[in-house]
Amino acid sequence: MSPIALWTLIFIVLTFGLYIGIAWRSRVKETAGFYVAGQGIPTVANGAAVAADWMSAASFISMAGLIAFLGYDGAIYLMGWTGGYVLLALLLAPYLRKWGKFTVPEFVGDRYSELVRTIAAGAAIFVSFTYVVGQMRGGGIVFSRFLGLEVTGGVAVAAAIIFTYAVLGGMKGITWTQVAQYTVLIIAYLIPAFAISQTFTGFPIPQVTFGQVLQELNTLQAEFGFDQYIEPFTARPRLDVFLVTASLMVGTAGLPHVIIRFYTTKSVRGARYSAFWALFFIALLYTTAPAIGVFSKFNLLDQVSGTEYDELPEWFYNWEATGLLVWEDADGDGIVQFTGDDDNELTVDNDMMVLANPEIAGLPAPVVGLVAAGGMAAAMSTAAGLLLVISSSTAHDFYFRRIKKEAGERERLLVGRIAMAGAVVVAAFAGVNPPGFVAQIVAFAFGLAASSFFPVIVLGIFWRRCNAAGAAAGMLTGLTFTTAYMLATLYFDVPHVLGISPEGIGAIGAIVNFVVAISVSLMTPPPPAHLRQMIEDIRYPAKVRRAPTNPIRET
Amino acid sequence: MTASERQPEPPAEEEEWRVEYWRKNLRLMVVLLTIWFVVSFGFGILLVEQFNRIVILDFPLGFWFAQQGSIYVFVVLILVYAVRMDKLDDDYGVSERDEEGQRL
Repeated sequence: MSPIALWTLIFIVLTFGLYIGIAWRSRVKETAGFYVAGQGIPTVANGAAVAADWMSAASFISMAGLIAFLGYDGAIYLMGWTGGYVLLALLLAPYLRKWGKFTVPEFVGDRYSELVRTIAAGAAIFVSFTYVVGQMRGGGIVFSRFLGLEVTGGVAVAAAIIFTYAVLGGMKGITWTQVAQYTVLIIAYLIPAFAISQTFTGFPIPQVTFGQVLQELNTLQAEFGFDQYIEPFTARPRLDVFLVTASLMVGTAGLPHVIIRFYTTKSVRGARYSAFWALFFIALLYTTAPAIGVFSKFNLLDQVSGTEYDELPEWFYNWEATGLLVWEDADGDGIVQFTGDDDNELTVDNDMMVLANPEIAGLPAPVVGLVAAGGMAAAMSTAAGLLLVISSSTAHDFYFRRIKKEAGERERLLVGRIAMAGAVVVAAFAGVNPPGFVAQIVAFAFGLAASSFFPVIVLGIFWRRCNAAGAAAGMLTGLTFTTAYMLATLYFDVPHVLGISPEGIGAIGAIVNFVVAISVSLMTPPPPAHLRQMIEDIRYPAKVRRAPTNPIRET
Repeated sequence: MTASERQPEPPAEEEEWRVEYWRKNLRLMVVLLTIWFVVSFGFGILLVEQFNRIVILDFPLGFWFAQQGSIYVFVVLILVYAVRMDKLDDDYGVSERDEEGQRL
């Protein structure tokens, strides 16, 4: 066994043991504990859990690599996947916490109607499921590269661990495990980045130093026929960059597995500060990612391009073996041509950059093992959060709301666990045999969340007049419009209208949803008095008003 | 809120603070969301070429806002919102506190 495989095994066994131990200590006996952790999670811990839940295998493993190849245009992911938290914190989280039940379909179901509840529950399951498949896959990649396991075996091990702690501990177990997973993943992400920044520039904070490499990278990119790294709009036109960023932001704010986390805090105030801590913890990784992108792209061009195959560094052959790095000697001269034009002979998978980064930078084997454990932590924490949404939507929103309304506490908990177990099995199966459209389906997840949930929840809170007919019509037209454009452009070769890609259409879908919901609401009778009272109640944090410290008569 | 706590028809004077609290909340929200938009979509996307002409610490500023600066601003915006809302809640007596008056 190579030192890298040994250290990976050590870190993975240690961290998995930690997760199981935490889950055992926080196992739950009632539904409130299972779905919303008894609403007793401290703010900072909840923020770390949200961050781990949110940062998936894609953020940890793929994002820096994506940015390295997109240059400036990588900003769509950086801004898109963080800016949504501002919308969440200001528009959704505090109000949903004040209203305070278990799930997102519960809110729209109570606020509008049973029909809207059912549409929302269906959309929540679909969105979460498309997402979870990618996580299982990410876990499988880590196992296959570092432990030499088959992807099938790797996915099975990851699924078994998630199964144990998610079914046992529900939201409570998941939350505390995610706090541990955040710690593992952020340490694993930052250590190599700091080390590389130190070697390159003599100063360890990559956020400050990667500007110094930009100029050299620009020169190097130009030399090998790539676009300038900082040149905007090389991959997408300006309008599309704008819309994709907006779609990812609005989609983030509408994703059920993110929203549900704000139900677990102690108070409305806790929900606001949780959003702050969550974005703070996320920002640690997201501001480091572009630096890793720049450093690793520079290393790759510098060490590989124009080098004879036999004289390449050791890591090149290791990653070639995984199939994530492919070299075809097109001109047969034995020299690796890595260029931005037709002479290019090297294909680099985005997923390789972060995982290979410590090896490329020549860091010792334990660091490589730690990064592998970090990748696993990112994949598992997100998968667990998604499985909880699938379980709660199936067991709670469908089974209890639509089929059997008078079920007792024990039965509710049991059905919740069975749904979770079923979801783990199906997700593991899909992770081993991913449907060919997984990559595109993530665009669906964000587009659908943006064009379905976000508008009707915002209107539900801020506009009393919005009624059930408006919400149902808005959601259905938003969903139909977005899905139709995605299917047309992805599968039927319809050209992009005004250069708008399928990833960017969610923002337009959200506007369609808003317009339709408002128009239909105005044409139909206003919602009944008890709903208007419900909206009034969620706008003020306290249950009972106290003496104001600054009464309005004195102001 | 349960049915027993609910006032059927709050008197007009009772209503006044509610309207004012909500209006201040909305005003804060609009100001923060404007900054959110200007920094990310404005500096980072719509005006990126103009900002790229300014270079600080080797970073072209438009590129920096798109890949770094806007994220820092987002974090600060949420913190400012949470702190200002604490004060607003206290001003109107709607902050969440237990029997001893400690924050929940």
